[in-house]
Formats: sequence, C-alpha cells, structure tokens
Amino acid sequence: MSALLEVRNVTKRFGGVVANANISLGVERGEIAGLIGPNGSGKSTLFGCIAGAHAVDEGDILFEGAPIKHLRTATIARLGLIRTYQQTRIYGAMSCMENMAISAREAQGGLLSLLRPVPPATSRRAADLLAFVGLHEKREEKAARLSFGQQKLLEFAMALMNEPKLLLLDEPTAGINPTLINGLIDRLRRANSELGVTLLVIEHNMRVIMNLAHRITCLAHGQVLAEGTPDEVRDDARVLDAYLGVA
Amino acid sequence: MLDNLSLLVEFPAITLDVVLNGLLIGAIFALAAYGMALVWGVLNIVNVVQGELVVLGGYITFVAVQYGLHPLLGLPLSAAIMYGVGWLIYRGVIFRVVDRDIFISILATFGLSILIQQLANLVFGAEVRSVDAALGSVHFLDGMVTLANVKLLAFLLAIGAGAALWLFLRKARLGQAIRATAQNPRAARILGIDTDRVFAATYGLNAALCGAAGSLAVMAWTIHPYMGLPYTIRSFMVVVVAGVGNVGGVVAAGLGLGALENVAGFVLGVEFQIAFVFALMVLILVWRNLRAARQRSHLE
Amino acid sequence: MSRLSDWHIAALLALTGIAGPLLLPALVTQFAFLWLMIVFAVTWDILGGRMGYNSFGNIVFFGIGCYAAAVIQRDMGLPYFEGLALGLVVGTGLAVLAAALLGSALLGIRGHYFAIATLGLTVASGEIAAGWNYVGAGSGMALPLYPGALGERELFFSYSLFAVAACCFLLCRWLYSTRFGLALNAIRDDHDKADAMGLRTTPIKIFAWCIAAFFLALSGGLAANMIGFIDPRDVAFAGATFGVWMVLMAILGGKGTLWGPVLGAVVFHITQEIFWTWLLGWQRVALGALIVIIVVFFPQGIMGWWAERRARREAA
Repeated sequence: MSALLEVRNVTKRFGGVVANANISLGVERGEIAGLIGPNGSGKSTLFGCIAGAHAVDEGDILFEGAPIKHLRTATIARLGLIRTYQQTRIYGAMSCMENMAISAREAQGGLLSLLRPVPPATSRRAADLLAFVGLHEKREEKAARLSFGQQKLLEFAMALMNEPKLLLLDEPTAGINPTLINGLIDRLRRANSELGVTLLVIEHNMRVIMNLAHRITCLAHGQVLAEGTPDEVRDDARVLDAYLGVA
Repeated sequence: MLDNLSLLVEFPAITLDVVLNGLLIGAIFALAAYGMALVWGVLNIVNVVQGELVVLGGYITFVAVQYGLHPLLGLPLSAAIMYGVGWLIYRGVIFRVVDRDIFISILATFGLSILIQQLANLVFGAEVRSVDAALGSVHFLDGMVTLANVKLLAFLLAIGAGAALWLFLRKARLGQAIRATAQNPRAARILGIDTDRVFAATYGLNAALCGAAGSLAVMAWTIHPYMGLPYTIRSFMVVVVAGVGNVGGVVAAGLGLGALENVAGFVLGVEFQIAFVFALMVLILVWRNLRAARQRSHLE
Repeated sequence: MSRLSDWHIAALLALTGIAGPLLLPALVTQFAFLWLMIVFAVTWDILGGRMGYNSFGNIVFFGIGCYAAAVIQRDMGLPYFEGLALGLVVGTGLAVLAAALLGSALLGIRGHYFAIATLGLTVASGEIAAGWNYVGAGSGMALPLYPGALGERELFFSYSLFAVAACCFLLCRWLYSTRFGLALNAIRDDHDKADAMGLRTTPIKIFAWCIAAFFLALSGGLAANMIGFIDPRDVAFAGATFGVWMVLMAILGGKGTLWGPVLGAVVFHITQEIFWTWLLGWQRVALGALIVIIVVFFPQGIMGWWAERRARREAA
C-alpha cells in the first residue's frame, strides 16, 4: 500500500483562531479512514484545506505524491479528489438525473466536449448509481424537493459518478433516517471494495465510524489527539476526555 | 491630457487647489455613503436609488431658495422632507424586497431610480441648477488656491453629521435598535424590537442624510436630473472600500475619492470624470476579487 | 408546455416574422424592434437565467456592434452592403474579444457585486464613447443612407433582425440541450459545488458571455443602420433603457425557461408601444414604475405563474 493522501504539519488560522495546528495524517490507497473529534475540533476545516477551499498557512498536502496545497478546488477535483459537504450541496433547481449527468467525469473536459448531449452510457450509469443509493424512483424529481437525507444520498451518488480516487465525506449519516443507516454503511463499504474508491470520512456517529473505518484519527482543539485502529482509538483515555470534556 | 499632468507636477499650488477642492466635495460623497452603508448593513439591500435621493435633496433646497429661504436653512429642510420621502419609499416598495434575493432589491431600486430621475426631469427641467450661498471664498498662496467657504462649510457639516450618526447609533434607543437589527434581525424580533419600524426609520435616516448631501451639493456644486447614478456608484464604491460598519473608514474613503476624482477630472478632462468614477469602481471590484482568489476564496 | 404548443408558438412567430411586415407595412419598424427585443431578452437569459449571473453590462456588446459598423462604414469607403457586412464581421469579432477579456476579469465576481460591476461597465463605456472624438463624442455618429428604394430599408432590417433572433433562439435551444446547458445550471445553483466537482467554470462562463456578445453585436450593427444614428448614451450604451429592459423582459417572461424571454419581449414591447402612444411625455416615468411593479409583484414571470397555476390545478 502507498500513501494516497499525505497531510504534513498543516496549520490553518482564521484571524487569531488556530483551526488546524500542525496536523499530520495519511490515507493509504484502498482504505477507509475515519476522522473524528468533538464539534469545533477542526475536521471540516481540514477538509477545506485538503480540497482547496481554504488557503493553507503552513505545512504541505500531497496527493499521489504531488503537492496540491496551492491548487484550486476544481483542479484538485480533476486529479481525482472529491469532497462532500456537511450542509450538503446539490444543484437544487435541476433534476436528480441532471445532477448526476453534470457530475460525470466527462463533464470536467474542455468546452468542446461539453457541446454534446449527455451520452446514453452516462445516463445509464447515473440511473444505476441512483438505484445504488436508493433514489431511482426520485430520478426525475427536482433535487431541492428531496428530503435532507435524500439530498445527502444524492450528493454521495454524484461524488461516485465522478469516479474519484479519494472521496472525502463530511458526516455522511447526519440527517439520515436511523433505520437506513446500516444500509448506507453497507453502500459506503461497497463503494470502497467494488468501485475502488478510497474514503476519508468525518463522522459523529461512533457506532458508524467504528464499524466502517479501518483506521481512525481523532482531532481535538485543532490538533491530532490520537490515531490507530478503531479499537485503539476507542480505548484511548484522551479521546474519551476530549468527548466528555474532562480535559 | 499630458499637459495638465505636467501642470500638476510643475505647479504644486495648482495640485493643492485641485486636491483640496476635491477633498471638500468628497465630504458630500461620504455623507451619501454613510446612508448607503446604513441601509446595506441593516436592511441588507443595495440601494441603487441612493443618488436620486441626493438629487431630490438638492432640488428641495433649490426650490426653497427660489421662494426666498436662506440657502443654509435649506439643509435642514431638505433633510426633514427627505426623511418623509424615504419613509414613503420604504412603505411603498422597499419593505417588499427586504427579505428577498438581493438582485431583486437592486433591480427594484434601479426602477425607482429611473422613475425619480424622469420625474425630476419633467418637474424641474433638464437644466443644470445651483444655488449661490453667498458666503464668499478664501484665497491663499497668492490666489493660486481658492476654496469656496460653502465647500468648507459642507465639509464641516458632513464631518459633523458623521459624528452625530456615530453617537446616535451608540447612545440613542433607536440607534441601538438599529444596530441590534443589523447584527441579527431574527434575534432582534424575538427580543421585542419592531424590525419593520427600525427598517423604516433606517431608510428614512438614509434619505435624510442624502437630502443633506444634496442640499450641500446644490450649494457647493451643481445638480441636474441625470446625475443620480454617479452618486449611487460613488457611495457603493466608498462602502466597498471602507466596509459596511466603519464610519471613520467611510469618511476617509469619501474624501479620498473626492480628491482622486477631481485630479482625474483635471488630468483627463471633465468630460471623462464620470467615466473615471465608474471605471474606478469596476477596477476596485476586480482587484478585490483577485486578492480574494489568492486566498482561495472569492468576492461574494 | 407540451411539445405540440412549442411548435405552435414557433410557427406563429415564424409566420409573423415572414408575413407580418408584408401584411402590415405600417408596422414594419415595430416588428424590427420586436426581434431586437427578443435578441436582448434571449441573450440576457444565457447568463441571467441559466447561469445565475445578473448582468447590466450586456448592452456594452450591442454598443460595440453599433460603433464598429458605423466606423467601418464611415472610413473604409466601401459600397453600402459590403461596408455593412464588414462592419458586422468586425463588430462581432470585437464584441466577442471584449466579452472574453472583460469576462476573465469580471466573471470571477459573484452575486450583486457582479451586477453593480456590470452596471459600472455600461455607464463607463457610454461616457467614454461620449468623450471620444474619433467616434463623434457626445454628438454620436450618423450612418450612411440605405441605397434601396423607399420602404425597402425597413423591410430589409426587419428580415435581418428576424433572422438574427431566430438563429439566436435556435442556437440557445440547442446549447441548453447539451451538457454545456447543464453546466450553466450547475453554476447557477451552486457555484462552489460546481468547482468542487471539477467543472471548468471559468471557460464555461466566458464562452457563455461570448455567445451573448456575438448576437448582441450583430443586432447592434443592424439596429444602428436601421435607426440611422447612434447616440452614445441613448442608443449604443443605453443602460437605463435597453440595458434594464433586457433584464426586465427575461424576468417578465420567466427567466431560465426556453420561451420565457421571448414571451417577455413580446409582452413588454407591446406594453411599451402602448405607453409611447398614450402617455405622451410620461412614458419614461411609467416605464420606471413598470420595472418596480414587475420586479416587486411578479418576479416569477409569466412562465413561473403558468407553472404554479398548473401545479395548483393538478393538486386540486
């Protein structure tokens, strides 16, 4: 296994607030990595730094061995690194199928390649992926009319449509009906094993992340607090303290 | 064009005259810009009709002087009447666009601006108007520098109005309610502030500030029906540069713009002065966006 | 609207375009202006309705088209039609170039800052043209006389503008059926998301503006010749009339829909003609009031209203 993503000593400040302090972590090709930590511990900020939404103050970020910290979001996405958002972002006035079609890898091409209708193969793949996340019946519905949980699933399907090498998922189960969560965990696993997508997942639901991730990093106060297998992290006293606020 | 530039370099006194006169006019820009910052911050709308409010304020003083009022008394009169006009505009149109997409407010106020400008053209005619405040001028450096006293007065009044506004927002009940509403309208409503009344008062206050600015403009400079939009754009530019909640910054940026514009008018020729104002605004927005892009963000 | 009524509207418009000027010769100029208004509304909607970039600056490309034609026809010493043709080629070329350059500077700006920046662009362009002696400064430019017989001139420009409007509409219709159209919608719905999904948003946005610029400049060159005279602020860079009208027409019809801008242009043009006939002297005031009323009370447009009504009826 080789490191797909390497975060080296990254620091990000917003004014006087240090959101990420000297964070280092790595994601191996093919694994499912977890990122946990109490609210405000800097998880989403780190996602923003990796995916190109924030300027990184110090440190380096390598994707497949090449530095990406100065690249723009779109360039990073075209390298095969896609993120989803905590608040869920989809194209509200477009139908689910349109959302999927414009998320396909071919849509990242130049202008000339865009001046064609959506190829039938893309539409088929879009329909299959919508079926995969359980939105097939809703495929002609406007995305804004879906429930929050359904939008979350659509955003996940859009990301898969893009065939990323690495997918950063920001709280994929937040807002999802609890009875559907097991199914979602299963889909995340299948995306990883069958579609070969490496995952880095922020998750608040401990049961989910302990079941899903091969390896977990815990942040607190913008710093890496602990790192290891789910069992190691669960048994780490500092992690407990961070969550219960004893420290 | 280059002749005028070399003139500025060779004769510092001329430069001084151009810059000082510009600074004094800039006080009027600052006054209108306070109003725009207030409305922008509190109602979250970009008020494109701002300039027409200034022009209307000018016409009120102009008409009052025709009827024998002393020009200086035109200032409070313009401000008072414009407060009422502002309140009416709020009740008629603005309150319907406050919570909507900001482009709707831009377009609606643009429509108002066209409406008022055409109305002014019909009622007052297309002539350039001004009022002689009969206050004389001061000269120094052997008459190379001439400053009309009315401009000095306009300058002092604009600064004074700014200070009064600052005090009002901090000390008065209504001022505090305005600030609370600006920070968080929903929280303000929950705490029992009638935000609709605060919005109306804010818009009225803005119109009064514009009225005062217009009154000073007609005394220190000129007005005509179609000069509203430049005032809007000046105000917008000043607020963008200074930031919405920054009274001191608005004064500084307003004065700076006045000086810059006067120098540009002198060097490029007066016929390009308005083009300069609008082009400068575009350049400022482009520049700010480029700076934001370097921070991996954008101007929004 | 169903496919059938789509074709009905298209057939009706085509018939009006071809037969209208012959059947109602008194209204030829009105028809010509109607096609011009349709070009305005449809091109505005490419950015405003489909891409979410509300521009007050599109009229600049129309102005470039006007002036380019006038200068070429004045200075090249060509016969009328050759001069006009060259003028249109140069005008569209310059306008597309301007759209590409201005677009790379301005299209990074978002939301209402973009709207105000483009407003500034329009006024600055008008003021520069009004101060520039080479293009006649404040007194504008006169265009050469049409060489044909009396009455033929209006017919010629009415048909040319109809052809431009039809091409513009058909091209846009095709564009919106491609992935490019979806990309425009994606930028409108969530620009950050479109970036994060790796879309090449900057070239997409610039290309969209270039298309609008092309048709605006083409109609500008023709309109200038039809009117016979260019005023920098009231014809070429007329921000407070044409510049706002194009926004208004698209909104009135329903922005972001295929037929909305066309419909809006037709309704607006007729309304405006009624104002001109009946509200002598007050028509400009009335137009200002109309803008306010439409924007405040009818922002969803005719197409939006129609869709709402149908949805309500289906629900009932």
